[in-house]
Amino acid sequence: MTRSPRHDHAAGQDRVRRRRQSIGEEPMNKIFEVPLYAYERSPDQDAASSVRHKVIVIGAGPIGLATAIDLAQQGVEVVVLDDNDKVSFGSRAICFSQRTLDIADRLGAGQPMVEKGVFWDAGKVYFDDRQVYEFNLQPDTGYANPAFINLQQYYFEKAFVERIRELQADGAPVEIRGRNKVEAIGTHDDHVKLEVETPEGPYNVEADWLIACDGANSPTRRMLGLDFEGRVFEDNFLIADVVMEADFPSERWFWFDPPFNRGQSALLHKQPDNVWRIDLQLGWDIDKEQEKRPENVIPRLKAMLGEDVKFDLEWVSIYTFQCRRMERFRYGRVLFAGDSAHQVSPFGARGANSGLQDADNLCWKLKLVIDGKAPELLLDSYSRERVEAADENIRMSTRSTEFITPKSDMSRLLRDAVLDLSEHYEFARPLVNSGRLSTPCAYSGSSLSSADALNGPDITRPGSACPDAPLGDEFLLPKLAGKFTLLTIDADAPDSIEEGGVEATRLALSVKDDPTLELKRRYLGDAASAAYLIRPDQHVAARRDTFEENAFRQAIRRATGKE
Amino acid sequence: MTDLILTPNLDNADGFYADLVTAHDGLGRPDSDALNARLVLILANHIGNEDVLSQALKAATLKDS
Repeated sequence: MTRSPRHDHAAGQDRVRRRRQSIGEEPMNKIFEVPLYAYERSPDQDAASSVRHKVIVIGAGPIGLATAIDLAQQGVEVVVLDDNDKVSFGSRAICFSQRTLDIADRLGAGQPMVEKGVFWDAGKVYFDDRQVYEFNLQPDTGYANPAFINLQQYYFEKAFVERIRELQADGAPVEIRGRNKVEAIGTHDDHVKLEVETPEGPYNVEADWLIACDGANSPTRRMLGLDFEGRVFEDNFLIADVVMEADFPSERWFWFDPPFNRGQSALLHKQPDNVWRIDLQLGWDIDKEQEKRPENVIPRLKAMLGEDVKFDLEWVSIYTFQCRRMERFRYGRVLFAGDSAHQVSPFGARGANSGLQDADNLCWKLKLVIDGKAPELLLDSYSRERVEAADENIRMSTRSTEFITPKSDMSRLLRDAVLDLSEHYEFARPLVNSGRLSTPCAYSGSSLSSADALNGPDITRPGSACPDAPLGDEFLLPKLAGKFTLLTIDADAPDSIEEGGVEATRLALSVKDDPTLELKRRYLGDAASAAYLIRPDQHVAARRDTFEENAFRQAIRRATGKE
Repeated sequence: MTDLILTPNLDNADGFYADLVTAHDGLGRPDSDALNARLVLILANHIGNEDVLSQALKAATLKDS
């Protein structure tokens, strides 16, 4: 999609590009400069009549690329159209959660992300002119992936593009068309028609299904006359990527109401390549042109980092956001995923992370519908489940926003009391809210879930995303990827069951497979045995203490929108 | 003597904090202050224990900790 709107989110303007000041015009990072999916003429442009594809994805950002990989891995023909041809400029989304990494693993792209990404476990919290406390995160054990990594969005996108190249080399039906800008969309009962502009002129193309991953300013949404509902909160951030010497501590620093940014917040975050990300909250009613001038930016950065710290600005941008979502994410043959469907405040890393979960939720359903193994109605469950997730993300990030920028005098008084107490007493620290890291939504009321029939742990109740668990040298989640799985733990069951063309294959485990007992803690609790039906997106559809054929056949029908 | 709990003890810290802020929505400052005062007294009654309350009063001054 257009770099500037996605890049600036709602504002779609006010971007500045700045090179490293100390080394003249030399590009900091070639990754911004080289087209990753350069324009090439497609046979579609010379066809006598519009070519029909199975799925067209608009936008080659993180969500569009993930969607294309997921579909291509399942053999669904997919074309990605993007009006640009490069990865995103500047770091943008930088914090990727464990669930995102688990999904990326399923998509065959997780490993390079984790290898490149950085992890921090120490942080400092400042209030006014002083440090109120510092913390060390306790590492979670028994998961293949870390709780999160920090990684510039361009590396995230690059890993996905490389994965698409790999799939193409294996003959998978996936294509990215750079500098293909969708100018008009016609919707029909069983397909969509697109008018696409290219450097060599326009062409028409059709698709059975259209997935709009074209960002907060989604031209698709606009062209279809659809809008967001619920404007909860609006704010501006000055975000900067700063290159510093490697010995600067690898910690997260958060400032509430600091002297250099009165009444607002500031955040310092480590990224790979000795790049630090700085987010300075500016408030809603500001002069953006004024704020992003170097003579205004640099003194603030010096106040944050210390007068003696040498740094170079790699990238500066003004980021604007609002908290809102579309009423629903499916309109006939058009599906919306990622920022095009919902936007949240940046606190808690719920933008790209929730978008990845959209793709994760959507693709297996679309595959079943395309194959005629599930009714189209199954796609409405995509909308319902991900609307529930969007509401949860908006609620969580709104709470963080309220703490960081209190709306009323009393809210500020309470916030300041928490911060003052946090300096002295441990109990107040969990109340300090500078963003709660995104965790996957457990679809609580989903029509795809069967009633819970196991006296088991809450974290694996129907609707939940399966937590990982160690299995000797291996882990659980890779064994649950991309298909319906009948997971049994010390329970008998057939090797597979098929219901209405949908097969669930058994994964037979025992608590003995995990001497650390995390498998038991996460999947059995006090129960002696369990049988789980797990969806292709690794969410629990049903669970009981033992396998019972009729119940699991019914659970498969429910999970595929047939009950 | 019962010790005042000064380690994390809330079931749902974020939910409680959100409810606390919401309870003040739409109130002017005098009404908000009065709400806080009533809340302090209600919670004190619930705690009951004189030792704990005395430690809490001291802790709230942020001195000597």
